[in-house]
Amino acid sequence: MSTGTLWTVVLAGALGCYLLKLAGLSVPAAWVQHPTVTRVVEFVPAALLAALVAVQAATSDGALVVDGRLVGLAVAALALALRAPFIVVLVLAGAAGALVHVVTG
Amino acid sequence: MTTSDRTATLRDAIGLGVAVGLYGVAFGAAAVGAGLDAWQALAMSALMFTGASQFALVGVVGAGGGALAAVGSALLLGTRNTVYGVRLAPVLALRGGLRRAGAAHLVIDETTAMAVAAPDPQLGRLAFWVTGATIYLGWNATTLVGALGAGALGETAQAALDSVVPAAFLALLWPRLTRGAAEAAVQRRVALGGAVIALALTPFVPAGVQVVLAVVAVGLAGRPRTREARA
Repeated sequence: MSTGTLWTVVLAGALGCYLLKLAGLSVPAAWVQHPTVTRVVEFVPAALLAALVAVQAATSDGALVVDGRLVGLAVAALALALRAPFIVVLVLAGAAGALVHVVTG
Repeated sequence: MTTSDRTATLRDAIGLGVAVGLYGVAFGAAAVGAGLDAWQALAMSALMFTGASQFALVGVVGAGGGALAAVGSALLLGTRNTVYGVRLAPVLALRGGLRRAGAAHLVIDETTAMAVAAPDPQLGRLAFWVTGATIYLGWNATTLVGALGAGALGETAQAALDSVVPAAFLALLWPRLTRGAAEAAVQRRVALGGAVIALALTPFVPAGVQVVLAVVAVGLAGRPRTREARA
């Protein structure tokens, strides 16, 4: 992506996200309290974040790839299950990924 | 409100701001790792200011995705701020367009949680503004630290960062899947569906599109309720 396109993406995304916030404070509550709407909004983040986890951990250039990132992810999941603070989760995941890189060269 | 209530609210708000600030380092580093420059990373934290959407946008760009997929994934994650705004409007009781425009920028997961959890609307408003201002300052400062620091990384450090980004998404996702979350079982099914759909589509669609298409997994959420309604 060129620098100009990146700036467009950044600014368009920022404007859109701001308008979504402003809309919530501005619209009559009844408009967005339809059960279907609230239910979809409740579950969209789980689907998207899980998709991002999967794509960031196990794909590269349009192909499925297994490398140290999956080890880092497993370590992160274990740390989260043990209620480790966010920064500890990131450091452990990063250390695991780096270790795999050093070992496998 | 008493002085101790105010003090407790201020302490919680500033504590949360410092903790959330740590995410900013991860975001700044991830943004630069994905090919943005430090100014673009900082512009996102200053102007977009909604963590999951920012991570989603750079995640799609980093995977080689197109502009529409990148903006689309950020907007999809941003829709929950609309619902937060509806919940916040009566607490904040904003008078005038300018205050509303300013408040809107600070509507995120953390400010909503703090404002809604406060014992009365007056403390709710204090919690909202102080939490929002603290996180905003911390988030932007640490974004810059992360963005500038990432440029100095070697190959092994880059491998570490590559592992940090999916871990950060998992950490954002985790509270939705564990007990205490509303309908955690359905959330887990939707998350699994989203991950499987994204991986299955990866070889066949342009980068980033599989992330946006993964929201069809939300259809999984509709089933049990329909069954209950019929029963």
